[in-house]
Amino acid sequence: MSVSIAELEKQARRIRLNIIRMIGVGQKGHLGGSCSLAEIITVLYYYKMNHDPKNPHREDRDRLLLSKGHAALVQYAALAEQGYFPKKELETVKCLGAMLQGHPDMLTTPGIEGNTGSLGQGLSMACGMAAGLRIDGKKSKVYCIVGDGELAEGQIWEAAMAASCYRLDNLTAILDKNNLQATGAVAQRYDTNPVREKWEAFGWHVTETDGHDIRQIIDVLDGVDAITGRPKMIIAHTVKGKGVKFAEHVAAFHNGELTAEQFEQACHELQ
Amino acid sequence: MKTQNPRQVYGETLVELGGEDPRIVVLEADLGKSTMTCLFEQAFPDRFFEMGIGEANMTSFAAGLSLTGKIAFTNSFAVFAAGRAFDQIRQGISIPKLNVKIIGSSAGLSDFGDGSTHQSVEDLAIMRAIPNMTVLVPADGIETRKMTRAIVRHPGPVYLRINRHDMPDLFPEDQDFEIGRSYRIRDGRDVVVFANGIMVSKAVAAAKKLDGEGISVKVVNVSSLKPVDEAQIRLFAAGMKGIVTAEEHSLIGGLADVITFILRGTGIPVEPVGIADRFGTSAHDYEELLEAYGLTEQQIAAAVRKLI
Repeated sequence: MSVSIAELEKQARRIRLNIIRMIGVGQKGHLGGSCSLAEIITVLYYYKMNHDPKNPHREDRDRLLLSKGHAALVQYAALAEQGYFPKKELETVKCLGAMLQGHPDMLTTPGIEGNTGSLGQGLSMACGMAAGLRIDGKKSKVYCIVGDGELAEGQIWEAAMAASCYRLDNLTAILDKNNLQATGAVAQRYDTNPVREKWEAFGWHVTETDGHDIRQIIDVLDGVDAITGRPKMIIAHTVKGKGVKFAEHVAAFHNGELTAEQFEQACHELQ
Repeated sequence: MKTQNPRQVYGETLVELGGEDPRIVVLEADLGKSTMTCLFEQAFPDRFFEMGIGEANMTSFAAGLSLTGKIAFTNSFAVFAAGRAFDQIRQGISIPKLNVKIIGSSAGLSDFGDGSTHQSVEDLAIMRAIPNMTVLVPADGIETRKMTRAIVRHPGPVYLRINRHDMPDLFPEDQDFEIGRSYRIRDGRDVVVFANGIMVSKAVAAAKKLDGEGISVKVVNVSSLKPVDEAQIRLFAAGMKGIVTAEEHSLIGGLADVITFILRGTGIPVEPVGIADRFGTSAHDYEELLEAYGLTEQQIAAAVRKLI
């Protein structure tokens, strides 16, 4: 491995700091579900995926689609850190005419593979990408991140059937299981559990990981490469708002504002 | 007059195109024997995806295929292709201008027996309202073939509306179809009928009848509902005593809206023929149903007479 665990942990912290800076003070931003993905996104972009920031459309690249598109900030932070576009763009997120929109837009942002944000659709798109790559005999892998609140969308389960029906073993989905949706606990608001049994019943190979443990994420992502004949689901147990103490496990920070004091505190914790 | 079934023509053309262009992939929601994608399935099984009765997933799956360079055709009845998958078309395909062709089959009232749930009176309005979307309504089998070929050459999302029944040939074989253009089928001096789909042949029949009454009627096939060459429409309307629009669709959001918007301020009176803000219903026969909804040669002729 060319990059150390300690270095990846540092990158994840840097990504979180970028998320906080993008949200800033007095503007709404999807803090919780972005921060819960910092380690997963870090491992994908800095270790696992075959990709090239200087050539975002390189044919043999692996693809990542954020089905939970509202967590765009975490992907923007990683793409900027990787050099897909200047880091200065992070300062203009959601500004009128900005490259970085509220939800991922492939037409404006290098490194974004598809337009997501209307929940439940990204996994179907990822299935189509996996099928298209297979027709062309490409070795590229497709990764797709879904949320546990998002599992309430029926289309997720249509996609789950399609992936298994077409034996899309070049597709790995990662469930960001942070247990919170916009208005409260998933288990109390609209329970999408038990997740493991559901995905297994739909014919997927299912593994689980601590979504904040870099070593475990690497092992599980490497491990599923050997699985053939069916799609892979990695259930990542995460904490919404992870890394920003006052926001951890707090549903209000799904899409919340930071006060000047909270902003300072978050930056201080992450530096 | 020679008639052809546009579904059959569409299915055969897809097979031709599949042989010419390996990027073409076809997705179906368990209606392949109606939409005639069964022909493509036989010819190119590796590029055909049966997606089950799941239009939403089929549509987003097609978006994913197009993201790998494929030209993806999704197929279902128009009411489901445009209605059930609206959000998938809007969000994942039209915003990023993906190369997905949405084929709305058995459109309008043409699935006469199945009733309001399966008949599409508002699909064109829905699709027209989506930015970046091209909306096409062929008048016959010849135009269906030309359009199916044209949309492969056109990068970006397209909605193509296909009738279930045989239609008389009208579109000249030697005429190229170009997205955005309208086609004069018949010349006339008094009134112009702008029509599309099945209503073009009915407009021609009405015009022939009105010849005998000394009324000269021009018929224009506005098969490209969006985009539409506005200057061309204004030219066709210039000097006319009146204008009739004729469509197998709600009067809200379809051809009547397109034409009256383009001709605003000209002062030329307009008589619309279409479906008056109501759903379809079951019938034993397509023509019987069209008559019940006023989508007839007689209705077009009456509209023309009002303008003289």
